[in-house]
Amino acid sequence: MKLDLRNGRVEMGHGAGGRAMAQLIAELFAKLLGNDYLAQGDDGAVLPALPGRLVMSTDSHVVSPLFFPGGDIGSLAVNGTVNDVTVMGARPLYLAAAFILEEGYPLAELRRIVESMARAALAAGVLVVTGDTKVVEKGKGDGVFISTTGVGVAREGVTLSGKQARPGDSILLSGSIGEHGTAILSQRAGLAFDASIVSDCAALNGLVEAMLDSGAELRVLRDPTRGGLASTLNELAQQSAAGMLLDEAAIPVIPAVAAACEFLGLDPCYVANEGKLVAICAARDADRLLEVMRRHPLGQNAALIGEVIADSHAFVQMTTRIGGRRILDWLSGEQLPRIC
Amino acid sequence: MKFIDEFRDGDLARHLAAGIVREARTDRVYRLMEFCGGHTHAISRYGLTDLLPPAVRMIHGPGCPVCVLPIGRIDQAIRLALEQGVMLCSYGDCLRVPASSGLSLQQAKAHGADVRMVYSISDAVQLAQQNPQHDIVFLAIGFETTTPPTAVAVRQADALGLKNFSVLCNHVLTPAAMRAILAIDGVQLDGIVGPAHVSTVIGSRPYETFAADYGKPVVIAGFEPLDVLQAILMLLRQINGARAEVENEFTRAVTRDGNHKAQALIEAVFEMRDSFEWRGLGSIPKSALKLRAAYARFDAEARYGVDYRAVPDRPGCECAAILRGEKRPRDCRIFATACTPEDPVGSCMVSPEGACAAHYTYGRFREQE
Ligand code: SF4
Repeated sequence: MKLDLRNGRVEMGHGAGGRAMAQLIAELFAKLLGNDYLAQGDDGAVLPALPGRLVMSTDSHVVSPLFFPGGDIGSLAVNGTVNDVTVMGARPLYLAAAFILEEGYPLAELRRIVESMARAALAAGVLVVTGDTKVVEKGKGDGVFISTTGVGVAREGVTLSGKQARPGDSILLSGSIGEHGTAILSQRAGLAFDASIVSDCAALNGLVEAMLDSGAELRVLRDPTRGGLASTLNELAQQSAAGMLLDEAAIPVIPAVAAACEFLGLDPCYVANEGKLVAICAARDADRLLEVMRRHPLGQNAALIGEVIADSHAFVQMTTRIGGRRILDWLSGEQLPRIC
Repeated sequence: MKFIDEFRDGDLARHLAAGIVREARTDRVYRLMEFCGGHTHAISRYGLTDLLPPAVRMIHGPGCPVCVLPIGRIDQAIRLALEQGVMLCSYGDCLRVPASSGLSLQQAKAHGADVRMVYSISDAVQLAQQNPQHDIVFLAIGFETTTPPTAVAVRQADALGLKNFSVLCNHVLTPAAMRAILAIDGVQLDGIVGPAHVSTVIGSRPYETFAADYGKPVVIAGFEPLDVLQAILMLLRQINGARAEVENEFTRAVTRDGNHKAQALIEAVFEMRDSFEWRGLGSIPKSALKLRAAYARFDAEARYGVDYRAVPDRPGCECAAILRGEKRPRDCRIFATACTPEDPVGSCMVSPEGACAAHYTYGRFREQE
């Protein structure tokens, strides 16, 4: 019997290791994500030797809802891990994907998710080379959870780390913040506001490639996902034992996000992004790097948002839009759950 | 979006700040109290004090509902939840206030109490409908802004014939607190930035006595940074002109008489308590509300017989002096050491409107300068 991808549903047997599972893998995952390594069909993928230092990163995705404006759990699972490898200064090559499916989940939707993964992987130039599928009883999961692990090769001579920010360095942001988090929230029950907000979910490896090619003295790259820009900058300040001084007016926020945040009582600086990066570079290279970023589609609205300063307390400070000064603190209290 | 940006415009702010600098005499100090936590938050969040000349000193007022609730009131809620087994609902901030024996409502939950965070009292009413086998108590706090929704909920529960819903009522009155501050011996205050949202309900008339009888200028201001700057400028002009009037900067929302409908609703459901204890301000006569006899069955205090017992603040905590405007967060020895927003010792470190929390979150870099 053929797998009914139109009306069928996930059954316990799809994760049991038997024929049903083999069929699901063959007709859905292998077909859509197809490549020679996945086609090997063994317990693991045998990959060719890679030149240079390897970078490896892993991330689980539990976003709710599974589909949101600008993406879905499939594209998110690919881009999230691609970006984590990328901001280490590496070229992502391979992904492993583990699915936890809930019994009863429509196969048609699962197919949409896997198709979206395939598109995202193609766009990012990575291959999904191995995977796993488990099924949990109805009510024990929430449709689909996906964990992805990525491997990439670090560019020679490039060492990026959150520890490397130095007083005087420039802090660059690749574009407007808060879109992913507000796009998700706009989909949640009872929060029907501006539907024009679209998640920024995207793979950043192309942009980073261009930035590394520029020859600018890059010290730190990081993608401000959960906890938003504020949390990322505080992490970096702490790691580097330096302070930061930002200019609030320079941080790009699109009007729809600003309005949604106002309505929800959120600060866009704490809202998740899935296609943005923070770059810290030597001040003398900031203009050049900014120009390179702005030439890339994912960096069009890149901005210089502040500088690293000497501060033994590692405070991230901000000159507010009206000219006062304040701390942009760590997120305290609850984060928005299930955002990625 | 324009509607927000208009009130946060950097050029306008600088323009207003320059006006304040011009207006402020250099041979004296202006001690201005921002009554509301909303103003305290805006001042810290936007770094407003950086724009003010040294002669202008902002003093935090007691207008933070979570801050002024004394420990004994939280204890009552904890006792209800732990001893009477009710499902206790309140806002997130209320759940984190430390009460007696180091317990907060949140920690009581870990000890087996059924404590629920809700976003509004109507959520609590809904819980009562959904859980007829449970007693639901809503811990109601707040000034005149949050009182009308409580009145609506009580009436709704009445109309629905709910027998398992009641309110632990801690609604307090702004003018009473203001009078208590002005009555403090040797109080040094030159003017008051008056409440924004509260005034939309009660209007500006109730403050006229503070201008007329206490000689203190009052300027009602919105919660946006430009509102606060404008109000400061208006206060300075009054003070320099030896005037004491109630002026309204927040005309886009506040009238002299306020919202009649909301006032009527409050009047219909609540009556004055003889006296109520506030954190920092002590017992103030006629400063808080309780449910009218007609709604007594929705009054958790009466229904469960939980009496109020006064409890002193934790040792080292300066919340009381801060709420009276006598001290600042940095004067507390445990500020940012033993007391942080993650692990608050006093109530002023809990709500984002609390003076200590606002200073910790936005302004603590100043301690190092
Ligand atoms: S720092 Fe904490 S203990 Fe001290 S006054 Fe503020 S809230 Fe109270």
